[in-house]
Amino acid sequence: ELDLEERLGELDLRSDSDIPDVPPPTDSTPEILKRALSGLSARWKNWWIRGILTLAMISVFFLIIYLGSFMLMLLVLSIQVKCYHEINTIGYRVYHSYDLPWFRSLSWYFLLCVNYFFYGETVADYFATFVQRREQLQFLIRYHRFISFALYLTGFCMFVLSLVKKHYRLQFYMFAWTHVTLLITVTQSHLVIQNLFEGMIWFLVPISSVICNDITAYIFGFFFGRTPLIKLSPKKTWEGFIGGFFSTVVFGFIFSYFLAQHQYFVCPVEYNSETNRFVTECEPSELFQMKKYSVPPLLQALLGWETVNMYPFQMHSIALSTFASLIGPFGGFFASGFKRAFKIKDFADTIPGHGGIMDRFDCQYLMATFVHVYITSFIRGPNPSKLLKQLLVLQPEQQLSVYKTLKSHLLEKGILQPSLRG
Amino acid sequence: NLQESESENKLDGETASDSESKSEFGGSPPVPTSDDTPEVLNRALSNLSSRWKNWWVRGILTLAMITFFFIIIYLGPMVLMMIVMCVQIKCFHEIITIGYNVYHSYDLPWFRTLSWVQCHGKKYFLLLRIPSHHLLPFGLSSGFCMFVLSLVKKRYRLQFYMFGWTHVTLLIVVTQSHLIIHNLVEGMIWFIVPISCVICNDIMAYMFGFFFGRTPLIKLSPKKTWEGFIGGFFATVLFGWLLSYVMSGYRCFTCPVEFNNDTNSFTVDCEPSELFQLQEYNIPLVLQSVVGWKTVRMYPFQIHSIALSTFASLIGPFGGFFASGFKRAFKIKDFANTIPGHGGIMDRFDCQYLMATFVNVYIASFIRGPNPSKLIQQFLTLRPDQQLHIFNTLKAHLVDKGMLGGLEDA
Repeated sequence: ELDLEERLGELDLRSDSDIPDVPPPTDSTPEILKRALSGLSARWKNWWIRGILTLAMISVFFLIIYLGSFMLMLLVLSIQVKCYHEINTIGYRVYHSYDLPWFRSLSWYFLLCVNYFFYGETVADYFATFVQRREQLQFLIRYHRFISFALYLTGFCMFVLSLVKKHYRLQFYMFAWTHVTLLITVTQSHLVIQNLFEGMIWFLVPISSVICNDITAYIFGFFFGRTPLIKLSPKKTWEGFIGGFFSTVVFGFIFSYFLAQHQYFVCPVEYNSETNRFVTECEPSELFQMKKYSVPPLLQALLGWETVNMYPFQMHSIALSTFASLIGPFGGFFASGFKRAFKIKDFADTIPGHGGIMDRFDCQYLMATFVHVYITSFIRGPNPSKLLKQLLVLQPEQQLSVYKTLKSHLLEKGILQPSLRG
Repeated sequence: NLQESESENKLDGETASDSESKSEFGGSPPVPTSDDTPEVLNRALSNLSSRWKNWWVRGILTLAMITFFFIIIYLGPMVLMMIVMCVQIKCFHEIITIGYNVYHSYDLPWFRTLSWVQCHGKKYFLLLRIPSHHLLPFGLSSGFCMFVLSLVKKRYRLQFYMFGWTHVTLLIVVTQSHLIIHNLVEGMIWFIVPISCVICNDIMAYMFGFFFGRTPLIKLSPKKTWEGFIGGFFATVLFGWLLSYVMSGYRCFTCPVEFNNDTNSFTVDCEPSELFQLQEYNIPLVLQSVVGWKTVRMYPFQIHSIALSTFASLIGPFGGFFASGFKRAFKIKDFANTIPGHGGIMDRFDCQYLMATFVNVYIASFIRGPNPSKLIQQFLTLRPDQQLHIFNTLKAHLVDKGMLGGLEDA
C-alpha cells in the first residue's frame, strides 16, 4: 500500500504520458432521449443529443430572463457553486485526496465566507432599503468585512490545526487549489451579478456574444476550416476564428439594437421596498437614446445612406464582441490545456453531450471581468445606492451639513423647487 | 527527447515520505545552505563554540534589523513605502524560486518573464490610483494569452502548477503589501504598532519558552510551548499599550500621510483625531484597589492597540505555523538564506501577512468613516433624478431622527 505522499510525489513529477487517466464519466443521457434516438447511427445520435441539449439550455436561459433579475442572480450563484464543486472534485481525484481530514468541509466553509464577503461589498447595497428596517441584518452588512475576515481566519486556523504529518504537501496543494478556484469562480460570478445590476443588457450582450462566437466559430470551422489555429486544440482553425469574430460583432450590434429599446433591459436594477420586488424602471441614460451618426464616406457608397440612427450603446457592443471573439477563445484553450494536464475529458458529466457546467462556462470567465472593468472605466459614475448608504453612516452633524450643501446646490440648479410649507 | 526523460527521472528522488531524510531533489542541487555570514563576524566570533556563535550571529542581526527599521521610520513615509515594495519583490522572488526548485521548472518557456509581468502588473494596479490602472486587465489578459500560447505538450501539468503557484503567491504577497501601504497612509502609527507587536510577540514567546517552556503547543512546531504562547500574549499586550502611549503624542505618527503637490513630498500635519487626544477614563472598581487611582488619562487608541496586540499574539503564530507546514511540505529548511542566522526575508515576515489584512479590515470597519467632502463630490456627478432621490431619502432620514424640524429654511 503506497504512502499517500509517495503516490503524490510520483503523480506530480512523472511526465504527462505516465499519469493514469481519471476514469471517464458515466453516460448520463436520459433514457427518453436514448430510446427516441435508438434508430440513428452513433455519430448522428451524438449530434442530436448535443443539439437538443443546446436548445434546452437556451430555452432555460430565456425563461429565466423573463422571470427577472432576482432569478438570474440566483442562477448565477448556483452556477458558481456547481463550478466550484466540479473543479474541487477534479482536484480530489487528481490527488486522491478525497479523505483528507476536514478538507471537504473546509472548502465549503471558505466558499461561504468569500461569498458573504462579496455579497456585503456589492449586492448588499442594492438591498439597502430592505436591510435598513431589520437591525440584525444591518449589523451583518455594516461590519461584513470584519465578520467575513474573522470567519475566514477561523477556517485558516482550522486548516493549520488539521495538518497531518504524512500529508503536508497534499494538504497545501489542496489548500492552494481551493483558493485559486475561489478566485476564479467566486470573484467572476460576483462581477457578473454586478454587471447584471447595472442593467440586464450588460449581462445579456456579453454572454450571448461569447455563446455566439462559440457556435459561429464552430460552424465556420466546419464548413471552411483549413489552417489549424493552435496545437492545444487541433479542431480550432483560423477560418473559424476570423469568421466567428465578424459574425459575433454583427450579432452583437444587431442584438444590442433590439435590447436597447426596452426599459426592462436597459435600466439599473433597483429594489423597491414597498412592493418588495426588483424593478427596472428609469429614464434611459444617454447610451440608450437614439442618435444620428454620420456614416463615413467609405460606407456611404456601400449603404447609400448619409446618416444612420443608432444607439451609442451599439458602439460599446462592438468593443464587447471584439473582446469576446479574440480573448474568449483563450479561456477555452486554457480549459483545454487544464483538461489535458490533468487527463480528464470533461469537467464533469452534468450535461449529457456537453460535459460539466464548467465546460460551458470556461470562455465566460474572462468576459465578466472585462465587462466589469469596462463599465467602471468608461460608463458608470458613482453608484447612487452606495453613496446613499455612506451618507446614512455619517455622524448626524455631518449629515446635516451635507444636507444643507446638497439643498443649496439643487436649488441653484433648479432641480429642487423652493416650496412653501406650513 | 533525452533531456526531457532525464529531467523526469531526476524527479523520482522526490517521492520520499516526510519521515525519510533522503536528499530532496535527487540529482539536482538542493536549496543552497552555504554560510552567508560576513567575514568580519566570522573572525570576531571565531573563538566561541558553534552554539554560542549561532546565538551571537542571530542576536547581532536582530539588532541590525531593528536599527534599520528605526532609521527608515525616521526617513519618512516615502522611504517606508519603497522598503515595503522591495520586501514584497524579494518575498515574491523567494517563493517563486522555491516553486522552481520543487518542480524543476526553471527552464519553462517564458515562465519567469510571465510571473514578473503578472507581479508588476498587479502591483501597479493596486498602488497607482490613477486612471492608468484601467490598463491592468489588458495587461493581464495579454499575460494570460501568452501563458496559453506557451503551453508545451509534455509539460502541461507543470505549467499549470507554476501558473497556480504564481497566482497564489501574488495573492499573498502583493495584496498584503498593498494593504500595508494603505495602513501606512492612514497614519504611521497604524503601520508601526502592528508590525512591532508581531515582532515583540515573536521575541517574547521565544524568551518565555526558553526560560519556562514545558508543554508543547502544536506538533507542527515542536519548539513552541504553551508557556511561551501565553507569556508572549501578555507581554505583547503590555508592550503595545506602552508603545501606543508614546507614539500617540506625536503628530508625525498619528496624522494621515498626504502628498503635497506644491512641495512634491509627503507631509504629515493635521489636527489629531479624537483617537489621539487624551481622555479621562474611569477605572473599574476591581483595578482601583490594585492601582490606587480613580481615573486614568489615556488615548482611546490604546484601547484599539489591545485589539491589535491580541490579534498579533493569537493569530500571528498561526501564520508562523502555516509557514512551518509549508517548509515541511516542500522539505526546505528556510525560504532562502538572505539574512545570516535567520533565513530569508519570508522567514521574518511570515507572521506579518495576516496582521496587515487584519489591521486594514479593522480600520475600515471601526475607525475610518466616509469622507463627507468626497461624498459631496460624487453626488455632484450624478444625474438630476438620482440627486433628487438621494436628497429626499436623506431628508426623510434626518426628519426621522429629529434633526430637521420639518420646516424649510430658505
